[in-house]
This record gives sequence, C-alpha cells and structure tokens, in this order.
Amino acid sequence: MTMFRLHPAFLELIYKSTVVFLNLGKPLILRSRIINRGLIFAERLFKKPVFDCQMCGQCVLHNTGMTCPMTCPKSLRNGPCGGVRNNGNCEVKPEMMCVWVTAWERSKQMPIYGRNINAIMAPLDRRLQDTSAWANQLSGRTEIIQDEWST
Amino acid sequence: MSGQLEEQSKLERVLRSGQLAVTAEINSPDSSLPESVHRNALVLGSLCDGINATDASGANVHLSSIAVSAILQKAGYEPVMQISCRDRNRIAMQGDLLGAAALNIKNVLCLTGDGVQTGDHPEAKSVFDMDSINLLKMTRTMAHEGRFLSGRKLESKPKFFLGAAANPFVPPFDFRPLRLKKKIDAGAKFIQTQYCFDVPRLKTYMDAVNDMGLSEKAFILIGVGPLKSAKSAQWIRSNVPGVVIPDAIIRRLKQAKDQAAEGKKICLEIVQQAIEMPGVKGIHIMSYGQEELVPEIIAESGILDNRNNNI
Repeated sequence: MTMFRLHPAFLELIYKSTVVFLNLGKPLILRSRIINRGLIFAERLFKKPVFDCQMCGQCVLHNTGMTCPMTCPKSLRNGPCGGVRNNGNCEVKPEMMCVWVTAWERSKQMPIYGRNINAIMAPLDRRLQDTSAWANQLSGRTEIIQDEWST
Repeated sequence: MSGQLEEQSKLERVLRSGQLAVTAEINSPDSSLPESVHRNALVLGSLCDGINATDASGANVHLSSIAVSAILQKAGYEPVMQISCRDRNRIAMQGDLLGAAALNIKNVLCLTGDGVQTGDHPEAKSVFDMDSINLLKMTRTMAHEGRFLSGRKLESKPKFFLGAAANPFVPPFDFRPLRLKKKIDAGAKFIQTQYCFDVPRLKTYMDAVNDMGLSEKAFILIGVGPLKSAKSAQWIRSNVPGVVIPDAIIRRLKQAKDQAAEGKKICLEIVQQAIEMPGVKGIHIMSYGQEELVPEIIAESGILDNRNNNI
C-alpha cells in the first residue's frame, strides 16, 4: 500500500516538470552508467512510497490516474477486470480497493492527462523490469514499445 | 481447404442476418473422454448458435477449452473457444490460437480470467502476461496482418470471429462503457456479458453504449441463467467473481414455493426485458449445473420462434 495519497492534479504537474527537468540532463543520463544507477535508486526512493511502484520500467502513471496499474494483482494496464466487488474492492485481495476504481476517480481530477485513461496501453516488455523508467522514457524505448503496438 | 477456412462462422452469420442469437455455456468435464463432451453438449442441443467452452473458469481445472471446442466442432456443434490470460504467456496463447484455427475453431472469446485464488489450485502462479485487450489486439494482428506479435510472418492467416466479455454490473460503472470501447477498438466483434440480474443497471449501461455507437460496431449478447434456489444464489454471489445478484431476487426465491421454478421464471423475465432493449442482439445462457433448462428457456422465451436458418 502507498504511504501517501497526494492529489492527482498535483502529481501530474510534478510528472510534467520531471519530464522537462530530465530532458535537460538527457545527454548525460543516457551516457553515464552511474547516473542511470542513481536514477533507479531515486525512483525506488520516491515512487515506492507514493505509488507503491513495482519498478516495471515503463511507467504509465500519467495515463492511469497517477495510480500504479502494476499494483493490480492481475497487473492490468487497460482498465478493471470484471471481478470488481460491489463495494469497489479487488477480486483477488478483498481488503484492497480496486486499483482501477481509484485510477478512474483520480483521472477525472486531472486536467492535463486525465483523458489518457481511454487509450489502449501496450503489453509490458518484461525485460525492462527493475530498470529506470525515466531513462527508458528519455531513450525513447517506452515510446517505441507503445508506437509499435499502436500501429 | 482455403474456402472452408474463409467461411464465416455460423454464429457470425446469424448475427449478421439481424436475427437474435442464442449461445450457451457447456459444462467442461473432468474427463479425457470425448463422450463426456458429447453428453454435455447433447442437452444444449442443436438449438444454440454457439456453445462456449470455458478456459478453466473460476480457475478450476477442467478439460481444456481448445480440446472441448475441437470435439464440439467435430460433432457438428458451433464452439466458442474461451481463452484467458491467467494461465499462459503470449507465446503459448499465440500457439493455441493458431492451433484453434487449424482445428477449424472460428469463434474465440478473449478474457482476462478469474484470479487463481477462487479456484481449486490457489497456490498456482498466475501469469497475466497481458490483459484481455492486448490479447484481442494480438489475435486480430494474427488474423488481419498474418503475423505474430514479434512481427514474424505466418504462412497462412487464421480466420476468427473475435469476442470479448463485459461486466456492466460491477464498479466503476461509468468506466464500463469506455472499457467496452477499448475492447471493440482492439478487435472484438461480439460481446457476451456477465450474468444479468439487475435490469435497470443493464438499461443504464446499454443507453451509454448505444450513445457511443458501440452496439453498431459489435453484437452484444446478454448473459442470463436460471438460479436453482435462494441458497445457491447466495453461494454464487459470494463465490463467483463478478456476479451481482440483488437482494430482491434472493428474497423472491426465498418466498417462492418452488424455488427452482421461480428461478427459471426470473430468468425468462430478464430475457424478455433484455431482448427488448435497443442494441441487444441476443442472449448467452449460463446454466450452472441446470443445463436441462436451456432448451426450455429458449422455447418458452420464444427468442428463436421466427428463426430463419437459410442464411
């Protein structure tokens, strides 16, 4: 479970500024192995307590209501399964609120990326597990996976 | 041979002719004998336009859906092969899809699958390499573009009539039509819903689906089934993921003299109300151990009364 539950509109702003910030350091990040390791460390440090990040390496948080879809026991990336309980809780973990019920409610509060929840997300590239999602985004790898899937 | 492969499935032909379709779920046996499948199919009869072979439904192991479908196909029935993401990764699923096409199985229903915790092997590893929407898109890519997910070309394109499931009866309700849209965009041409016991909820859902134009892009079949008793309804409600049975239905069963007869009556009422809704193209009967009631439900609802099979 996450330690914090910050407002999704605030989080999407943080996301947007992180992208801008990381882009500034792009040449350095992609070349240096030490910086890459530092990024992995930083992602574990920040994204774990806020999102219960599972380090899939292909972050889609801004497309899923700033709620990590990898915390879904079925790791669904395109919406809730048909097993959601009447009270909105998870089929597999009855004590937990369905990740997608939360994601959907939160995406409605996000003016920038909220509508992205309607897009179809590509299946995971399992090779990227435990790598830096930030570095993968900067190198264009995440985009390639999604583009290849969409065409 | 290629002519045979290009032929549309019977289910697709019925739906495209504009007539109401009826599909039913077969009880997959715990047996290695084809006769067990024949026996269970016999009750459903030749009345159904499609017989769904479940893929370890409720995460309970049974004879595999591909085998049941192949046996049904050989015996002259029209199988709908269910394939779920719970037990196989993308390599196994693509292999099975090609296998299904090679066995002349044309209707495929792509599912996410129930979690292993509901079934008889809760200690098993659940796979979920991809979700049902990714599975639909992968299958469509094989059928339309004749290639695997890796890009490698197939010698021949498999031909499928692709389906997906929908559950309008569980939260988040206002996201459900959007999820249906994703499934249709990913390639679903027919939809079978979870059990409907809440007609007003179905109406709200169908209104949204019609407004979005989705019922013109895919054929929607409403899931129905007879409840045996108040006790079994309560068991289903608390043990089968995603099935919502309102208290009013359970009360009605409890108060009835003959609970099984009342269960069938409720089912017939829901069928009537469902097929009158705009956008509904048929029903999908799940009878949970009461397969003998399927022909009665079909006959008494009159759903196939004006059927023209010369299509």
